[in-house]
Order: sequence, then C-alpha cells, then structure tokens
Amino acid sequence: MENKKVHEPLLRMAKRAEGLPGWKAWGIRLIAFFLSLVVSGLVIIAISGLNPAAVFATMAEGAVGTNKSMWVTIRDAMTLLCIAVGLAPAFKMRFWNIGAEGQILVGGIASAACMIYLKNLPTMLLLLVMVLASLAAGGIWGLFPGLFKARWNTNETLFTLMMNYLAIRLTAFFVSKWENPFGSNSVGIINSQTKAGWLPNLLSPGYNGDYGWNLIIVLVITVAMYFYMNKSKQGYEIAVIGDSVNTARYAGIRVNRAYVRTIVLSGAICGLAGFVAVSGASHSISIGTAGGRGFTAIIVAWLAQFNSVVMVIFSFLLVFLQKGAQAIASSYNLSKDVSEIITGIILFFLLGSEFFVNYTVHFRGKKVEKK
Amino acid sequence: MEVVKNAVRMENITKRFGSVVANNAINLELHEGEILSLLGENGSGKTTLMNMLSGIYYPDEGQIYVHDRPVTIASPKDAFDNGIGMIHQHFKLVDVFTATENIVLGLEDEGKLDLKKAGQKVKEICDKYGFDIRPDQKIYDMSVSQKQTVEIVKVLYRGADILILDEPTAVLTPQETDKLFQIMRNMQKDGKSLIIITHKLHEVLEVSDRVAILRKGEYIGDVPTRDANQQSLTDMMVGRSVSLNIDRPAPVNPRPRLVIEHLTAYDELGVKRLDDVTFTANSGEVLGIAGVAGSGQRELLESIAGLYPIAEGTITYYDPDVDYTDPANKPKNLVGMDPMSIRKAGIAMSFVPEDRLGMGLVGTMGMTGNMMLRSWRKGKGLFVNRKDPEALANRIWKELEVVTPSTKFPVRRMSGGNVQKVLVGREIAQEPAVLMTAYAVRGLDINTSYTIYNLLTEQKMKGRAVIYVGEDLDVLLELCDRIVVLCGGQVSGVVDGRTVTKEEVGLLMTQHRKEGAE
Repeated sequence: MENKKVHEPLLRMAKRAEGLPGWKAWGIRLIAFFLSLVVSGLVIIAISGLNPAAVFATMAEGAVGTNKSMWVTIRDAMTLLCIAVGLAPAFKMRFWNIGAEGQILVGGIASAACMIYLKNLPTMLLLLVMVLASLAAGGIWGLFPGLFKARWNTNETLFTLMMNYLAIRLTAFFVSKWENPFGSNSVGIINSQTKAGWLPNLLSPGYNGDYGWNLIIVLVITVAMYFYMNKSKQGYEIAVIGDSVNTARYAGIRVNRAYVRTIVLSGAICGLAGFVAVSGASHSISIGTAGGRGFTAIIVAWLAQFNSVVMVIFSFLLVFLQKGAQAIASSYNLSKDVSEIITGIILFFLLGSEFFVNYTVHFRGKKVEKK
Repeated sequence: MEVVKNAVRMENITKRFGSVVANNAINLELHEGEILSLLGENGSGKTTLMNMLSGIYYPDEGQIYVHDRPVTIASPKDAFDNGIGMIHQHFKLVDVFTATENIVLGLEDEGKLDLKKAGQKVKEICDKYGFDIRPDQKIYDMSVSQKQTVEIVKVLYRGADILILDEPTAVLTPQETDKLFQIMRNMQKDGKSLIIITHKLHEVLEVSDRVAILRKGEYIGDVPTRDANQQSLTDMMVGRSVSLNIDRPAPVNPRPRLVIEHLTAYDELGVKRLDDVTFTANSGEVLGIAGVAGSGQRELLESIAGLYPIAEGTITYYDPDVDYTDPANKPKNLVGMDPMSIRKAGIAMSFVPEDRLGMGLVGTMGMTGNMMLRSWRKGKGLFVNRKDPEALANRIWKELEVVTPSTKFPVRRMSGGNVQKVLVGREIAQEPAVLMTAYAVRGLDINTSYTIYNLLTEQKMKGRAVIYVGEDLDVLLELCDRIVVLCGGQVSGVVDGRTVTKEEVGLLMTQHRKEGAE
C-alpha cells in the first residue's frame, strides 16, 4: 500500500442527500442507546468491579421499582416536560429563552403567594387562581426580554439569563418574608394542616399518594402545544420566523408582535411549571424550586427537536437516569459522580447519534453500492 | 499535427449524492494552453465535476490525472499543490482586508509574513496580465469585477497553471466581461489552461477553443468552438431541438399601475442605496430593470414590497378595477405600508426576491409549507388551511416539472433550479396585479428559462404589470418592452427595449446621471 501513489482518504463523511425514513432514524437512536448502556457497563466494571447488569437493575428499581418511586419519577418527569414544552415555541422561533429557571421561580412565587394569602378560598377556585397567577407571573417574566428584543433588538440570551438572577433574588426575598417557623430561613410546608392549594390525588382521596393531576395537566398542555405548533396560524408564523426572519417579513408576518406573543406564551408555560412544582410537588418555595430544571429542559426540547410529543420520551429518560443514578449511588455506596458519568455517557451517545442520522461515512476501498 | 498534451484528464469519474448520480463515468480532457467551456443545463453536474478537481468533493469512482500523472485530490490544498485553482461564483474575501492580505491569507509559507514582498509579487502578476487592482486596496472599496480579479490573482499567486472559473460573467457588465475575456486570453498566451463554466452561449463562442457538454450527469461530447453555433450547442445541451426566440407581443392597453417618484432610501449604515428614483410600471407590459449587481435593484423591489425603509418619495398604486376619471377615487400611496398592510389594502403584489431561501422561501419546509407563505392568514379561526396550498404545490410540481420526492421534502435540499421553480410558480399563481421578479432565471437551465419567459409574457398579456430585474442583457433586450437602467442607486436611463442596443444599455449601466448622456 505504501508505495502506491494514489490512495483514497481513509474516511469520508457525506451528508445524506435524502433524509432517512423515520423508522431508520429512530433505529439509529435506539442502537446508540444500547451502545451507551454497553459502554457505561464497561465503565462500571472498570471503576467498581460491580456487575453492570445488577447496577442497571438497581437503577430501574430505584426509579420505578415501587409504586411510590414510580409516581415520584412521573411527577418529576412531568415538571421537566412542562418546562420543555414551554421552551419549545421560543426555541423553534430561534428566540433563545435561557430564562426558564426564573420563569419557574416567579410562577412558583405566584402560586405560593396565593396559597398563603388566599387560603380561605374554595379548593377549586383557589387552584384556578393559582394557575392563572403562575401563568401571568411567568408571562410577565417573558414579556420584558420579548419587548426589548422587539423594540431594541437586545440579545435575548443574556436578557433572559439575567432575569434568572432577578427571580432568584426575588425568591430569596419572599422566602425571608414568608419564613416559617421564624429563623429557619425557609418557608416550610405551606398549609400543611389544611392542604389548601395542594393538588389532590387523582386515584385515591388525600394527598401525596399519586400525582395523577400533575400528569393530566402537563399532558393536556403537551398535546395542546403539539397542535398549536403544527396546525395553528401562530405556530406556522413561529416556524417561518425560526427559519428566516426576512422570509417572515416577506410573508407579511409581523415579526415583532410574534416575538412578544411567543415569549410571553413560553414564559407563561414555564410559570405554570412553577405552579406544578409548588402545588403539585413540594408545597413550598425556595430558591431551589427550579433546581436547574430550566436548563435541563433545554436538552429535552432540543433532543425532541421541539416536537412536544417526543419530549415526553426524553423527559422520562432524563428523570429515570437521574433517579436511577441516585439509587445506585446510595445502594452501592458509590460516589454520585459515577452516576453522573453514566448519565453523561448516555447523553453523549444519544446526541452523537444525530450525526449518523444526517451523515453517512464511507470507508476506504469500499465501493458505494449502486442503485 | 502537433501532439496534444493534457493538462488535466478525468477518467471515468462518478459521483453520487445518495441515490442521485451527479456525474456518471465522465471522461474529460483539458489540453495544455487551451480555454475549455464546460456547458450544460442546471443540475447537469458541471459544478460537481469541477469541485472534484478543486478538492471540495472526492469522486466515488474514477481517476484524475494532472499533466498525465495520477493524483489524489482530497482537499483544496491538494488541488493547489497540483497547480489547480478554482474561482467560485461566490467570492470568499474578507471585506476589511486589502487585496494583498486576502491573497496571502491561508498560505503556509515558512518564516515571517512579509506583506511588502507579497504586495510586490501581486503587483507583478497584475502588470503581467493587465489586472486593474491595487495591492493595497481594501475589498470594500472594490467593484464586483475587481473582487473577482482578486480571486483570480489569489489563484495565480499560489502558482496555479490550471484555472477553473465558475460562471464568472454572471455578475459583470458587458464591458467588464470583455475585459475578463481579454485577461483570460492573456493567461492562455502565458501557457495557462482554463476551464470556464457558463450558461451564456455567445460567451462560449467568443472566448473558448473547445466546448465540452454535460447533460444530466453524462458526458455528451465536445466540439471545437469554430464548428459550433448557438443552436447546435443548445441542441446538444438539451438533447433535442429548442427554439431560442422569445415571443414579444405588443403591450396590451398599457396604463400606469405603479408610479414611483423621487424614491430615496438608505441602508442601516446610512449609505444611500436609492437616489431619487422615478419611473412608471404600466399594466400589460414587461418593464426591465438593468444594472450592475448592487446598483439598487434589491432595495428598489423591497421598497415597493414594503420591506425596505423609504426615506423620501412616493409609490402610487392604481388599482385595475377602479375608475380614476372619477375624482372621488384616489390612487393609494404604498410608502409606509408593510407587506401585511399592502395585502389588507387588497393589492395583489407578487415578488420573487433575489435571495430565494433567505427571503422568498422557508428552507426547512416542503413545497406545501412554502405555498402557505402566501395563504397562511386566509380563513377564519386559529388553524391553518393546508388543503389548498397542498393542491397548489401539487399543481406546480406537475406543471413546472419540479424534481422532488414529495411536497413535504424540504426545499433547502432541492437543487437551485427547482427551488426557483417553486418560488416563481407560487408567485405567478397569486394572479397578481403587479409581479416583480429579481433574477427570475438565475441558475435555471435554458429550457426552464424559456418556460419562465413565456410565463412572464403570459402575465403581461393578462394585463399585469411585470417588473423584471435581469442580468443577461440579451434577454432583457428580447423580453422587455421598456428598460429602466440603474447605476449606483440612480436611474441613468429609461429606454425602449425594442430599439436600444446592448452597448447603449451597457454604457448606461456604468454612467451616473449627473455626468450622464442626456
């Protein structure tokens, strides 16, 4: 080979001229997922010498093994999904809303405020007011960067990011205002006696048994968002703007109006996620209420390519990994970093698989098959 | 007869993109010291073939020989090492750098960069071939033709003796084209071998020694230029006999439809792009707009469409269904209206913008989604109507022979010609009162171009005002009833398309009104 003057490059990448059929693309992603399990299995053996099968079983056990753990996984997946669904329209429009974290917090503050000040309202009415208040709060948090972008073309990434810090400080303020008991520097469980403003169980009387209402609320929003994005006029506007602002202007779309409208919608749904987190899960508010989920949801939204129905899968996957990781950390006495490594490997493979969905690789000497 | 030596020989070159065969077993020879025209319709694989010579693509099969040595060209660097340089259609220059800086950019010479010495060498090359640039001139100060010159010098500086020019005349005036051809001949005399890709048959006949023809990825053959004429080349290119005449019936009942007066506009940086532009577009007439690229054509059309901020002037629209002899009826002024207001005012205006995917179409959507750009707001309620756009997409797919696997296939992934068909088809289907097209046939093959010309003439016969911004003067002179010539944002003349000569228009294109002819 060495003295041959002419040689082909070893590897060549070529973009697939026509997109892969859907099942093939999903097949590649599935293969990537299994490969990631194999590689993380090898890593587990290398680090701890444990049997990877047992470790994976423990992960599954920890995430969905019991009725309770399964509902907790569902609950957290739903909160994450709600945020991701909220981000979808903004991101599809290429409006980089990095401010979900803040929008969740202000939505949470609004919910908590209703629970504290309006606790004497009838249950259904109170919950409705909380929903509206959290939507409004999140919407307002989105309105500012939207208006500034439309009017002065400010950078929405920085703007929404900074709004997060504002929201964190605001939360800290309310935490100290609503501190209970005094001196604890936390709000504690709000209305722990009356349960006013708590989302009740769906399947049985009482609270904290199942999270059926979280599931229903978020799934309804998810499906509604799917139709909004794919069938509505406004959804079409969003798609056009996301592709080319000039084309949108050409088509008579009022781009600035759409910016403001869409980011308010995005913020409002993220605010609602704050309601789901406060009323449906923690029954409290703290600066940790968002807990980085506003950023994790970005991964979910991107992985699903802004298709809200596909986001269901990825929200569950991420929460499952997280819960499973906690389980192996505690039962094998492993450092939490090991579970982070596993999560990282799986995400790496899933994101990397997109390359093979869009490109083919030719090896040297192998003839491309003729059609 | 002397022995012909080959500068380049491509043997059995095949290149596929997915299931599409762009080049099928092509054998092409470029003799030393000749100018070869590579001719073919759109999508016939000319650029693909040349990209394999310049290292942008790698062939799936076949072998390339340079000066009879087998070579591997896997990157543009390999191409340069073999003395091959390509001048692309789109310039790749840094605006704020000088000519010399751009030319040495990316060179991997040993030691410190000596700009002075490089400038000297650039100057030598310019003097040798008669290039009209100064080494220390900044790119943003240059005309399109000068920028192209920099690209050519860049290639020569790297020692190329085989040059490929991809549609170099598309952006030039006739005078500049002549100059380029002179330079090409100078290079030929100096022993360089050149390949020129062009759509324009008369240029092929003028400048080249030999013509090689591709059709649908196949090598059809080559002929010495002296044995060829426009008709014979077209027939080889298309594969059957094609009529090269544009039918130009007299205008039907021309009435002012758009009256543009004293239109002045500035871009974001405050540079004057339109300067006191005044002309009238009549119904039942094709009005041509000629000018060197960047003379204000884009700004003019976008101003009319409500997409460009207008500083001064008026655009008056006369509705075909309104009787303006009645003083109660006033024509509408379009200045200050955005596209939605224009639409709401009941003005059917179609616009084929220059930037297809950046303005006229949504690249990620299929044909149906793109048809919806014009109809998305129609109908009551929250939801879009997809049925009618789907029907329209299917109609255009069939009538204009768009090559696409489905109406859902993203238009971004179609070839340029097909993208253009989708856009032009949609805009004509709007049954507009005013139809504006910017470079409607750019990138289209001869056959499709003539289809478009006929469609435009058809629109004119239906009493529509057609505005045709074009770059090919021959076509402008054959198609248009009247021609507005732009130069530097000013109208340098309005001429009769039937009587004016190409040279007159070419002169107006480079002549500011203030120092102008009349």
